[in-house]
Amino acid sequence: MNMASSSLQSPHEGHDSASNVTFGFWLYLMTDCLLFASLFATFAVLRHHYAGGPDGRALFDLPGVYVETLFLLLSSVTNGFSLIAARQQRTHFVLAWLFLTAMFGMGFIWMEVGEFWTLVQQGHGPSKSAFLSAYFTLVGTHGAHVTVGLLWMWVMMIQVMDRGLTPRIQSRLVRLGMFWHFLDLIWVAVFSVVYLSGML
Amino acid sequence: MGPIKNCYIRVSGRVLAFQTSFPDFSLFMRRILWSCLPILLLATPAAQAGHWVLLDPKGPIARDESSLMLTAFGLMLVVVIPVFVMTFLFAWKYRASNEQAPYTPDWDHSAGIEAVVWLVPTALILILSVMVWQSSHRLSPYRPLASPVPPLHVQVVAMDWKWLFIYPDLGLASINRLVVPVDTPLSFQITSDSVMSSFFIPQWGGQIYAMGGMKTRLHLLVDQPGVYDGLNTQFSGEGFYGMTFRAEALSRADFSRWTREAPRGQPVLDPITFNRLEEPSEHVPPQLYSAVTPHLFDQIIRKYSGMP
Amino acid sequence: MHEELFGKLELSSIPYDSPIIMGAVGSAILMTLVVLGTVTWFRLWPYLWKEWFTSVDHKRLGVMYVILALVMLVRGFADALMMRSQQALAAGGQAGYLPPYHYDQIFSAHGTIMIIFVAMPFFVGLMNIIVPLQIGARDVAFPFVNAVSLWLTVISAWLVMVSLSIGNFSHAGWSGYPPLSENGYSPGPGVDYWIWSLQLGGIGTLLTGINFFVTIVRMRAPGMTWMRIPIFTWTILVTTVLIMLAFPVLTVTLALLTLDRYLDMHFFTNDLGGNLMMFPNLFWSWGHPEVYIVILPAFGIYSEITATFSRKRLFGYTSMVYATIAIAILSFGVWLHHFFTMGAGANVNAFFGIATMVIAVPTGVKVFNWLFTLYRGRIHFATPMLWTLGFIITFCIGGMAGVLLSVPPADFMLHNSEFLVAHFHNMLIPGALFGYFAGYTYWFPKVFGFKLDETWGKRAFWAWITGFYLAFMPLYGLGLMGMPRRLVQYGNLDWQPYLLVAMAGTGLIALGILFQIIQLGVSILHREALRDTSGDPWDGRSLEWSLPSPPPLYNFAVIPEVTDLDAFTRMKREGHSPPPSRSYEDIHMPRNTPAGMGVGVAALIFGFAMVWHIWGIAFFSLITVVMILVARAAVEDVEWVIPAHEVARMEEVRS
Repeated sequence: MNMASSSLQSPHEGHDSASNVTFGFWLYLMTDCLLFASLFATFAVLRHHYAGGPDGRALFDLPGVYVETLFLLLSSVTNGFSLIAARQQRTHFVLAWLFLTAMFGMGFIWMEVGEFWTLVQQGHGPSKSAFLSAYFTLVGTHGAHVTVGLLWMWVMMIQVMDRGLTPRIQSRLVRLGMFWHFLDLIWVAVFSVVYLSGML
Repeated sequence: MGPIKNCYIRVSGRVLAFQTSFPDFSLFMRRILWSCLPILLLATPAAQAGHWVLLDPKGPIARDESSLMLTAFGLMLVVVIPVFVMTFLFAWKYRASNEQAPYTPDWDHSAGIEAVVWLVPTALILILSVMVWQSSHRLSPYRPLASPVPPLHVQVVAMDWKWLFIYPDLGLASINRLVVPVDTPLSFQITSDSVMSSFFIPQWGGQIYAMGGMKTRLHLLVDQPGVYDGLNTQFSGEGFYGMTFRAEALSRADFSRWTREAPRGQPVLDPITFNRLEEPSEHVPPQLYSAVTPHLFDQIIRKYSGMP
Repeated sequence: MHEELFGKLELSSIPYDSPIIMGAVGSAILMTLVVLGTVTWFRLWPYLWKEWFTSVDHKRLGVMYVILALVMLVRGFADALMMRSQQALAAGGQAGYLPPYHYDQIFSAHGTIMIIFVAMPFFVGLMNIIVPLQIGARDVAFPFVNAVSLWLTVISAWLVMVSLSIGNFSHAGWSGYPPLSENGYSPGPGVDYWIWSLQLGGIGTLLTGINFFVTIVRMRAPGMTWMRIPIFTWTILVTTVLIMLAFPVLTVTLALLTLDRYLDMHFFTNDLGGNLMMFPNLFWSWGHPEVYIVILPAFGIYSEITATFSRKRLFGYTSMVYATIAIAILSFGVWLHHFFTMGAGANVNAFFGIATMVIAVPTGVKVFNWLFTLYRGRIHFATPMLWTLGFIITFCIGGMAGVLLSVPPADFMLHNSEFLVAHFHNMLIPGALFGYFAGYTYWFPKVFGFKLDETWGKRAFWAWITGFYLAFMPLYGLGLMGMPRRLVQYGNLDWQPYLLVAMAGTGLIALGILFQIIQLGVSILHREALRDTSGDPWDGRSLEWSLPSPPPLYNFAVIPEVTDLDAFTRMKREGHSPPPSRSYEDIHMPRNTPAGMGVGVAALIFGFAMVWHIWGIAFFSLITVVMILVARAAVEDVEWVIPAHEVARMEEVRS
């Protein structure tokens, strides 16, 4: 969280400082990858510890998750378009594509929160079994990352409106794109490990 | 920030300062001797006192584990003693004040020495690795001991802060006192009714964790009658320090007499007594129970394990 | 109403009734007041604010890290004194003076503080100061992030200190194994203090790891190829990789325990499917690499010092580099040796036992390479060299004990015993702390422009090393006598003489610390006599010694060209002259900013609020962190320029 936002800063305006920041941000993504790896490992250990409670098949609404996945994949595409527009210095297009990306992202979060809410309402909250704890934590951590990404996206939209597409802002947009694609990748793993194999 | 000279490169006027400000090597050696003195003075009388239980094993498992420690220690000396000798020798011989000693400021590589310093430790570790592999299997706590005598089964439960021993075949149970026959394989099943603890009788053999909802195993054998110390080594809260027990090894005849006579007039470990026992308590005196709820051990495990 | 405003915090959370704690709190407050009073009296606040608190200069941040480490060393050592005196007294039915409630917190705090708030900030401070100077850089890659890291570390240490007076600290040991650390067995704020101080400090450390990795990989002077990187910087490079690989695991482990405690989840609980074995597995997946994170930098320092004070090139530099990398890789494959007694089965135990032993090979190579650096050298027994020699001998003894512990069946006997306590102190005190002390003495003149007093330095060394042997050798014996660790009282009177010797040793170490404090005072008083005017007081070999002491703000007026591993030795031999003034150019430097400290303060409030379940304040302090970072991102003007003619003038003044 701190990490994501503070890597925004570009302290040196020198020759290779922008690429330093990108390199540093890439390293951060790798550490984040390990964070998710640890969570996946935890989930793998606890995935059958239902403690007499329901398993994934009883809980997951696969069509809903498909729509969520679609939202996130589409948002990666629109994010890519925003980067192309940024390279072409077309501010309005950048803003429009970013807005669309944010909408998809918010749709994703909305659906995820809805899913969690339903589960808790049905009495299948995270405190009911180790499996549910691991499920809520893994999926929720991804969701928290997407939320941070959305926050960052809105900040970037304001910055683009305020300052235009300066080199500094351009390079930040690139890193935001890296972050967004990274979350997409993680989601693909979450979808297959948690939902798909949970339904089997 | 004081006045600083630009010393982009400064070749002269620098080395001289050392020769005067650093003491001679004999002083270095004298200091070492002086600082060793209090260690020797204090350590010698102390080393004579006390019972080094890990080096005084009373069963084959403990004996094997104890001798493993000494073997590993001896093998390590092969590397460590040369290091000690070389450290003192080189430090003494190549002290700055010894102008006669050879000085090769740019010598920084020797294929021969490098080969030796990589290969000798590697060879040593290879030997130790074989030892590790074999001993890990030979002394695995899960491995039942081969013996013509049928084993005695004991179920061990770590509680806050006392040990409960259940003899499923004898229908007995006891708190903080473990009585066993000598020369009989002991087959322990271990769990915890609380936090993680570690079950250890140093003179009989190594320890193993006791964990809630899980069952660990330990196989020991004791071959000399006596009273030994048993304890929990894993910190488990405020009463941890009092979580010790008496481990008694009786001759086989004494043991069968004990199983007949000792339980007379002792209370029964029924669910109500057990519930009272589950309350945290410290320094609990030994207590024998003449009967115990059947399958209590499995109930304790099932209470926690969330697996279907 | 109270619940909303103060969470679980109440006036009774302050332990008024405990004279020992209140005494400690009183003296801490008194010392703070003395410091604050002095600063106010000499009107130093503006200076401190402008030059230090808002600084993003790696040298200043490094000094603040080291100060934090030294202050926390005194705190952690006070804990050690209390434990040693308690155990010396509490034999054969005597209760001593510490009840279990206090004693358990003391050993938990001691471990946490010594690893996280002494060892970590000490080497991070040294690397902050030295790495950019060694690689010919003007700053680190991300100076602002560097400041954030510092302040996160500082406030985490603050949280531990606050736990002394408000509430209590964890009693579950520095490794905090559940289920003891779960709500059911530790309902108070203690474990939460432990969690949040480790968590917030860990984020700071992770940022530092990324920062210095980028710095070393991308900002080296021209000509500094991989195999010309000074050995200390190499060890730091490997350490940063370890940090990046290990700390995310700590973050997750603590987060899962947090969820168990705060949201009633079941990761590590006994019941509802939780798996307590997962915690030690995750914890030591971070924890064992962490051991090398604190030891490898010290190995680097020893290598620098051995070469410098033997007046000789480092023997087997390439071997040293590969040995460092090998240790780092192996350190991820050994975590299970912390719990052979969990009953994982013979194959698993044997695998991890052998993996552990294999680490002895590259470590042994390093020791031999130090010895062959001494060989045919001209050895000068200055204080840093004494620490190094003391380390080589003492570390071997600890290593020998380590090999014993890595044989699983031997570990069944020695696990959780005082033998183990002796072993890891025997690795970490000589292996890490002595190295930091050596580095502190070695680089002190570079930072402050004058050397530390040698006489008091040597007295401190002899007190420390003698004290070390007295304090820890008896513990090996106690382990063999069957004494477990973490005992507040014991019945066995056989153990007492050993514990008395150990306490005498701790007393000598206290003397060593006192001598170090005297050394600092004496050196400041005699700073004119100890002044380092050359910038190169030890006949150094790497680039930091080519700079004046202390170095200018921008470090290098002209970025040097590196042609050798011992870059500065080569320059001295070839008699380079200072570059002509026309080669100066404009230098861009990062501007100071209060944002780093702001993030720290907000994080401190966040941590405290989370410990006490004051959700509103926790939420707003988190928002504050985000706002500060967003505001910081909006600042375009983060640098200032020192024009070339100004650089020329400054260099002129210095020469």
